[in-house]
Amino acid sequence: MHLLTEVAQVNSGDTAWIIVCTALVLLMTPGLAFFYAGMVRSKHALAMIMQSFVTIAIVSVTWVLVGYSLAFDHDVGGGLVGGLHLAGLAHAEVAVPGMHLTVPPLAFVAFQMMFAILTAALLSGASADRMRFGAFVTFIAIWSVVVYAPLAHWTWSPQGWLHQAGLLDFAGGTVVEICSGASALALVLVIGPRRGWPREMMAPHNLPLTLLGAGLLWFGWIGFNAGSALSAGYLAASAALATHLSGVGGMIGWLVCEKRLTGKATTLGAASGAVAGLVAITPAAGFLSPLPALLLGATAGVVSLFAVRLKFRFKYDDSLDVVAVHYVGGVIGTLFVGLFAAAAVNPSVRHQGLLLGGGPTQLARQGVGVLAATTFAFTATYAIAWVLRATIGLRVEPDEETEGLDSSQHAETAYEFTATSGLGRIS
Amino acid sequence: MKLITAIVKPFRVGDVRDALRDIGVLGLTVSDAQGYGRQRGHTEVYRGAEYQIDFVPKIRMEVLTDDDDAAHVIEAIVTAARTGKIGDGKVWVHNVEEVVRVRTGERGAGAI
Repeated sequence: MHLLTEVAQVNSGDTAWIIVCTALVLLMTPGLAFFYAGMVRSKHALAMIMQSFVTIAIVSVTWVLVGYSLAFDHDVGGGLVGGLHLAGLAHAEVAVPGMHLTVPPLAFVAFQMMFAILTAALLSGASADRMRFGAFVTFIAIWSVVVYAPLAHWTWSPQGWLHQAGLLDFAGGTVVEICSGASALALVLVIGPRRGWPREMMAPHNLPLTLLGAGLLWFGWIGFNAGSALSAGYLAASAALATHLSGVGGMIGWLVCEKRLTGKATTLGAASGAVAGLVAITPAAGFLSPLPALLLGATAGVVSLFAVRLKFRFKYDDSLDVVAVHYVGGVIGTLFVGLFAAAAVNPSVRHQGLLLGGGPTQLARQGVGVLAATTFAFTATYAIAWVLRATIGLRVEPDEETEGLDSSQHAETAYEFTATSGLGRIS
Repeated sequence: MKLITAIVKPFRVGDVRDALRDIGVLGLTVSDAQGYGRQRGHTEVYRGAEYQIDFVPKIRMEVLTDDDDAAHVIEAIVTAARTGKIGDGKVWVHNVEEVVRVRTGERGAGAI
């Protein structure tokens, strides 16, 4: 979130662009719902979709009530968290503290709300197929306030300590990707593996849905990253192109690697690689030239493919690989800014990347951001999940898990496969 | 009367149906089935994780015949279903005590 303009006057082009981007980023969460739902077994498909959809509702409310204020209000001390002056969006229409936007502050509020929603929804992929619906809702409401909002303040509020320390995070390498990935790891360590994992086969039930979801994510990601320019000009155009190229690089990297390893290029690999590339470019979209963006995507695609193996090696059941794709991709992208940040792309870059002759300064700052975001998100999420497990409980009963979350949590089934399954009477 | 049950590879079903029609078989029942014999299963890969799938998709075909026609029907099925590779399937035969045509109430061989 790096603002170039000093003019606190509303620009209609910028405003139109940010409102469109708000809608684009909103669409990513239903996209994520289908991306995830295709990868679970058919008996959990609706529950998977439902967790993303309900996150839209829950986090919109927490964001309006306190989340936005904790993230973007004037700092209450140490650059750690904002105050509560903007709680309930009181006074929020006047200005975003410390920022000189060319869009109405409420456009910024709405745009940022969609980021908070998507980041929270990402976690549902890690704990898939075993979390009680009520526990998920409670967890997400608390998490969006206690973990997401402060981290957004650290990185994106002009008074946040990571921002002050010179971290460059264009659209959320730390706030969105590292945050969701490190939190996902903490959550699955507390909640435990799915019954039967890793012995039983838990293969995707509907990959066409997953590819449809990946396409929607890709589409929305243009708004996610190019919208983070907060203006409709050179920087937004550059970020849009870099975003697309990194997604392309990720798909190519994953497919080539997979083909060499297992002999087949898979559709799930194409979708996963593209998403890994899009994840990685998120912190870097407004700082990289096109070719480094392509290289970043390819790197993320290859490394994420190998990172999927970590869960089998270290025995944590991250069901849909949120750690391997989002955490790993977020770290790679955040560090790539320290290697390839170019002042020609973004005049706010003071120290160019190491490989552009700018020395190690920016890389070191990016490293600090990675460590800080990882430590905070993991620790705070672990604490929230642990307390919830000890009080209201996180998991469904074993027989409910075997039966499937669709029927046990929502009294529905996603698919009617046979003529007999439609037989029934109103009771 | 005989009930002839055949488990065949899905992509041979069309040929088996044509072969049966050519020798005058007027009806048959097909259903999806899964299982394994000496062919065992196959492997699928998702995000690099390899799964051994034990059950292979097959089609079960069931034909009712007169005692006299059974040998012809079996021969037609086996010829049409054979590829010569492992996993071509099996055919087996049961004796049938009674057959009733639901619409007319006809019984025995006339109901086939």
